[in-house]
This record gives sequence, structure tokens and C-alpha cells, in this order.
Amino acid sequence: MDTVIDELPLYWDGFTTTLSLTLLSAAIALVVGTILGSFRVSPVPTLRWFGTAYVEIVRNTPLTLVFIFFVFVAPQLGWTPSDFFAPAVVALSVYTAAFVCEAVRSGINSVGLGQGEAARAVGLTFPQTLRLIVLPQAFRTVIPPLINIFIALTKNSSVAGGFFVAELFGVARQLTNAHPSDIYPVLIFIGVFYLIITVPAGILAGYVERKVAFAR
Amino acid sequence: MSSILYDAPGPRTRRRTTLWSILGGLFVLGLLYLAYRQLDSRDQWDPERWQVFTDPPLGQSAADVWRSMLVTGLGATLRAAGVAAAIALALGLLLAVLRMTPAVWIRTPVTVVIEFFRGLPVVLLMFFGVIAIGLPIFWGVVFGLVVYNSAIFAEILRAGIVSLPKGQSEASYSIGLSQRQTLFTVLLPQAVRRMLPSLVSQLVVLLKDTSLGFIVGYAELLNVLRNNTQFFGQRYWFQFFVVGAAIYIAVNFTLSRLAVYLERRGTAKAAGGVAKADQVQIAGTHATGADGAGQLGTPP
Repeated sequence: MDTVIDELPLYWDGFTTTLSLTLLSAAIALVVGTILGSFRVSPVPTLRWFGTAYVEIVRNTPLTLVFIFFVFVAPQLGWTPSDFFAPAVVALSVYTAAFVCEAVRSGINSVGLGQGEAARAVGLTFPQTLRLIVLPQAFRTVIPPLINIFIALTKNSSVAGGFFVAELFGVARQLTNAHPSDIYPVLIFIGVFYLIITVPAGILAGYVERKVAFAR
Repeated sequence: MSSILYDAPGPRTRRRTTLWSILGGLFVLGLLYLAYRQLDSRDQWDPERWQVFTDPPLGQSAADVWRSMLVTGLGATLRAAGVAAAIALALGLLLAVLRMTPAVWIRTPVTVVIEFFRGLPVVLLMFFGVIAIGLPIFWGVVFGLVVYNSAIFAEILRAGIVSLPKGQSEASYSIGLSQRQTLFTVLLPQAVRRMLPSLVSQLVVLLKDTSLGFIVGYAELLNVLRNNTQFFGQRYWFQFFVVGAAIYIAVNFTLSRLAVYLERRGTAKAAGGVAKADQVQIAGTHATGADGAGQLGTPP
């Protein structure tokens, strides 16, 4: 227990690194995923295929393998970043974007067909249909799965700890090496820090889900 | 093809779509070409580099390389996944049943435990199993996978039971079945059928998560790839990565297709049909369905 209190600054560093890793990747994945999602619902076949191929490939690849690509393989291909934070962000973003894309797509597809047809029938233009009819309804369906995706991202950021980034899991490895007699408290507190992020976010997702649920 | 965003196209729109399709295709081809050029500038297409799979250097035979990847590596991956899946399914069923018992003093702690295990990274759980409990590396990996996935399986099964029409439990109570009989003979068999696609796609997640064994030092497929690049030289990383990714994608894709097939086939045997795999499993690692306490109807 004393070890945990003595090492609190290190825990805090790990916690903030995990948070910044998560938030940065979440922002990039949200942008890239939304673009890919719009590809997947667009009327242009080649863009649809591109989106589908991306999602299928990334979803069936383990995150660890994505990390291996950006940390070990990329230097062979001419990308040599100065630290391990940048490749971690890229790997997490690339991976999470596929799941964001799926959430966006199923959100848009969940809006009733008649809604769009009615909007066009009363003469709304494409941007108007999107802004006034489709997106407000799709938004409600997309939010709870998106929160769950970002919870998964928080937990997935722990993989970066295995690839030389000193986030919470990386700190766990350092501390268990330094204090072999206090392994239980050290690791349990690492878990607590993860739960501080994931449990409230999970409750929030459940709350939002019930709040925005509506009959169609 | 009509969709929520656009009507079935007329002749003019079709022409415009074709034009955009060609532009989009050129854009995608351009990206691929850039990737090809970058790889080419690094001599990654050099046939000599790919010979590591047909006629490897350093006195190894092609059979050695392939055996290390497919038998040793993939074998270890599948073994960990298989053992973990079997234990996690059994434990998940137990947790789901315990979470729905009427006794509050059982239900509450089980609910808390499930929520905690769902909120922890699998790699941390594996590390805990190996370093803190002192399990051998294989069982440490299995431990991490089991703890996390049994919580998820429990949630999937519970979501399945909750989503069954209320008439199912009401009818079985009215013909005089006890609460336990209702759960085991009426509700659970239907819930399992209904959630089969979700269960299979969670198995894909479990299989992918065995790769976290790479971080705690389990000699699975990815570790074998790294050992190969350490033996033959870092310059072969790209080649081994491509083959490793192909193996993973082939195995997972087959399992994913199975989930889609089960979903399509549906089955009339579960009241309310079969749930979509994505409904419960959207993020690939976190089940939704935190709604409601998941109570059984109260028996009269």
C-alpha cells in the first residue's frame, strides 16, 4: 500500500498518458470513421467498396498486429518516428476508425426509408434532408455505440504499454519490476485507474441509451 | 437502389454516378499506387526477400519456416483460444444464471464483478495472471481471456433472455413450472439460439485477443513472426507481416462469415427470431445492454 502512495506521481503520469492517447485517437478515429462511413452509404460504388474493404480487413486483424505494423514494420518502409507515442496514436486511430465507420453506417441505415422519401417529396434538397431529417435521428442511434467504442478504445490503449509507451499498463510493468513484493496492490491500483474511466462511461452509455430510445 | 439518402437514380443521375465512380476509383488506385511506389523504393518487392518463404537463407528449409508459423504459431493461438472459449462459455452461463437469481445477496455482487471485469483491459488481466498469481504463461493468457470473456458471454446471454417476449415466462409459470425449470427448459435454450450470432462474433474477438499474448511473452503466431525476423533479419519484417496478417484475416473471416450465416439462417425456434450480431457487439470488445436489471418475471 505504501508503495502505491509513494509511486502516485508515476500512476498519475500513466493515467494522463492513457487519457491523452485515448482522446487523441478518439478524435482522429471519429473524423476518419465518419468519412469512411459516408463512403459506405454513398451512391458511388467504388467508394462503397473501399469502405467495405477497409472495415472487413481491419475488423479481422488483431490490434496487436496493427501495432506491430506501425512500430516494427513501418521503420523498414521509411517511417521512423522519433518516439513511440505517435505510432501508438496512429495504430489506435486506424483500428478504431473501422468500428466508428460501422456505427455511423448503421445509424444512418436505422432511419426509416419513408423519412427520406417524405423529405424529398416535400421538396427538401439533399443537404436539407441530411441536416434536418436524417442526421438528427441517426445521431440518437449512434451515440450509445460510439461511447462503447471509446470505452473499448480506452482499454485497447493498454496495448501501447506493450509497445514502449509509458501509459497505465506500461507503468504497471515498470512498477512490478521495481517492487516485486507488492505486486498485488500495484496491479489492483492500475485496474482501479482504468475503472475510473470505463465504469462511469459505461453507466453514461446505458443512461443515454435509455434517454434517447424512442419508438419507430 | 433506393436508400434513405437518395432515390433510385434516373438516367442523368446514373451518368453522374458513373463519373464519380470512375473518379473515386482513380482516387483509390492512386492511393494504392503511392503505397506500391513507397514499398518499391524500399525494395520490398525484390523477389529475393520473398524467397524467405520458398527457399530461405541460413540453412533453413521452407518447410521449417511454414511449420513455425502454421503449426507452432497458429497452433498455439488456436489452442489458447479454444481452451479459453470453452471455459469462458461455461463460466459465462453460470454468471448469467447467478445474475438473474431473485436473491439480492447473490445478484448484486455478481453484477458488480461482471461490470468490473468488463471494464479492465485483457492484457492487464493476463499480466495479473502471470506476474501476480504466478500461473504458467499459457494459463496466464487463458486466465485473462476467460475472466474478460466470461463477463461478456454472461451479458450476451442475459440480453438474450431479457429480449424474449414476456409471454414465454408467463406461459411456463402458468403451466406450473418452477422458476429454475422456466430458466433452464424454456428461456435459456431460446436465448442461446437467439444470441448465437453475437456469441460467434465474440469468439472472433476472443481469437483476436489471444494476440495480446505477444505482449506477455506467450509464443503465439505474432511472437513466432518476430522470432523469424530476429533469425533472418529485420529486413524481412514486411514479408512476415503480410503473411501473418493473411493468416489471421483468413481464420477470422471464416468465423465472421459463420456468424453472418447463422444470422441469415435465423431460426423459427427462438421466439422473436435471431438477434443481429452487431446489436450486442458493436465495438468488438464491449457489449451493450446495460439496460434494466434483467429480472425474470415473478412467479405467482
